[in-house]
Amino acid sequence: MVHIQLNKISKKYAGFELKEISISVSENDYFILLGESGAGKSMILETIAGLVWPDGGEILFRGTNITQQKIQQRKVGIVFQDHAIFPHLKVFDNIAYPLRSRKCEGHTIREMVTKIATQMGIAGLLDRRPATLSGGELQRVALARSLVQQPEILLLDEPLASLDTGLKTEIRALLREIHKQGQTIIHVTHDYEEALALGTRIAVVNKGKIIQEGSPEEVFHHPTSSFVAHFIGIRNYFRVKIFSDTLGMKAITEEGLIIQLPEECVVSEGFVLIRGEDIILSDEPVSSSATNTFRGTITEILPTPRGIEVCVDTGTLFYALITHSSLNRMGLAEGGVVWIHFKATAARFIKI
Amino acid sequence: MKKIATLQLVFTLLGGLVLLFIIAPLAGLFLSTTPNQIFNTAGEEEVTSSIWLTVITSISGTIVFAFAAIPLAWILARKQFPMKKLVIGVIDLPVVIPHSAAGIALLGFVSRDSLLGQAGSMVGLNFVGHPAGIAIAMAFVSIPYLINAARDGFAGVPERLEKAALTLGASPARVFFTITLPLAWRNIVSGLIMMFARGMSEFGAVIVIAYHPMVTPVLIYERFGAFGLKYARPVAVLFILISLALFIFLRSLSKEKEGNRQ
Repeated sequence: MVHIQLNKISKKYAGFELKEISISVSENDYFILLGESGAGKSMILETIAGLVWPDGGEILFRGTNITQQKIQQRKVGIVFQDHAIFPHLKVFDNIAYPLRSRKCEGHTIREMVTKIATQMGIAGLLDRRPATLSGGELQRVALARSLVQQPEILLLDEPLASLDTGLKTEIRALLREIHKQGQTIIHVTHDYEEALALGTRIAVVNKGKIIQEGSPEEVFHHPTSSFVAHFIGIRNYFRVKIFSDTLGMKAITEEGLIIQLPEECVVSEGFVLIRGEDIILSDEPVSSSATNTFRGTITEILPTPRGIEVCVDTGTLFYALITHSSLNRMGLAEGGVVWIHFKATAARFIKI
Repeated sequence: MKKIATLQLVFTLLGGLVLLFIIAPLAGLFLSTTPNQIFNTAGEEEVTSSIWLTVITSISGTIVFAFAAIPLAWILARKQFPMKKLVIGVIDLPVVIPHSAAGIALLGFVSRDSLLGQAGSMVGLNFVGHPAGIAIAMAFVSIPYLINAARDGFAGVPERLEKAALTLGASPARVFFTITLPLAWRNIVSGLIMMFARGMSEFGAVIVIAYHPMVTPVLIYERFGAFGLKYARPVAVLFILISLALFIFLRSLSKEKEGNRQ
């Protein structure tokens, strides 16, 4: 069922422009708006929240037009990159803020705040001042403050951008958990790894326009424009399970292909990414330091702005990016047999 | 290196002279007054009542005008409108015009013939020669300090926090009172203290509106004119001491609040 729908939303504001943005987010989607900074992603979120009023177009919430509705009446919660925690209020009062806006009773407030704080893992911080909290803790407080009002839709504006790697994984896991409990989420990011690790649907935004929308598979495997292909830059991505054996850490794809991974990976599930530039082609099996070697058939040779893309079917599809001169020298052609090679360290693993 | 050291030496010397320039007259004032004289002066009814009058009128003027000045400061910090620069310039006018001229201008504004004066006399209030008139004169010359400090305070509150509060179901009024005002409060309080201080020390505008009842700056002037330096000095010293004590007390109050916040 469609939860929220934007129909041809347009807006001009301070050098930014949204051009006929149309997206449709279904119930319990984890919807990612992916694009470079300045693409207009945040403005789309602020339009949904009611902070920005569109010049044209309409927003439908479960089919009801809410384009002109006041901010306070929209059932959305928004979390900003800089978390926007009120510095003069204790953690408890920050989380209680939306409940007090809605004139809840004292004991209800205490109950609800305690419950959500426990879920977010910050029950011990309720008496603290924001100035004493770390970035990750602040982001948890911001999430708690939005979720305590039980929003129909949770809007996240680059919620992980200001966190370091360790915290990113932690908050990502938390977001996934929130989504699992049935929360519809719209998440703005410039980071394709985040999009991949979290999204169930992805819309790519460029210069105020949606240029592609689809499942992560569709967007990453079949970019419809060179911008998307270039921006995302990763066509080799595989859903994998990690296991370890005597030779180190390995990933097995859904098709059963086994890829050697760098040592620091842990047994878990996730995605493996390999850049097309990191894949070497050879016309016969060669022994090299690259631990991943597969035999396959060339199914397609495509010129792209970044070089020649050679699609090799090894049971799993790989896309290698090579130069024109390599293509001519090796005399590659569709239907030919090649070997692909890449180092274990060229395989990036994203845990989900 | 040597050049910098020389420069620093010259600057320190010049700076020291300026400090001396401020401190020396005040120190002279204090040194030429005996504690006994101050004590006796503090016992004079005329002196104590004028000090009370000065403090009370300045506080009242500050508080009453704050209700309109703070919203104006918010508008100046948050909104764009035509001729905003002009408005900002107008606010600073009372600081740059001679205060006796300000007093003359105000006199026309509050005298019996004026609209405000007529409104006042309907409730039996004549601003001229009345504490209310004194408070108005004090507020006129000191209100820029409050508006400018409050404007800086409001401008320093991140708009993102206000946006966040709006999305958390707060009405614009609730956002103002629970987020914007508390976060700008420190600047506003320091603006209030500045306005109060400036109002207390006002002479030029006040004397035009009301020679009597006498605020302390007028009393000091009158004693000087009528009896000479010797008689004016103890009142001046006493007034300075009381002002200092008040400001140190008010400052420490706002500092304490700041400490709580961290």
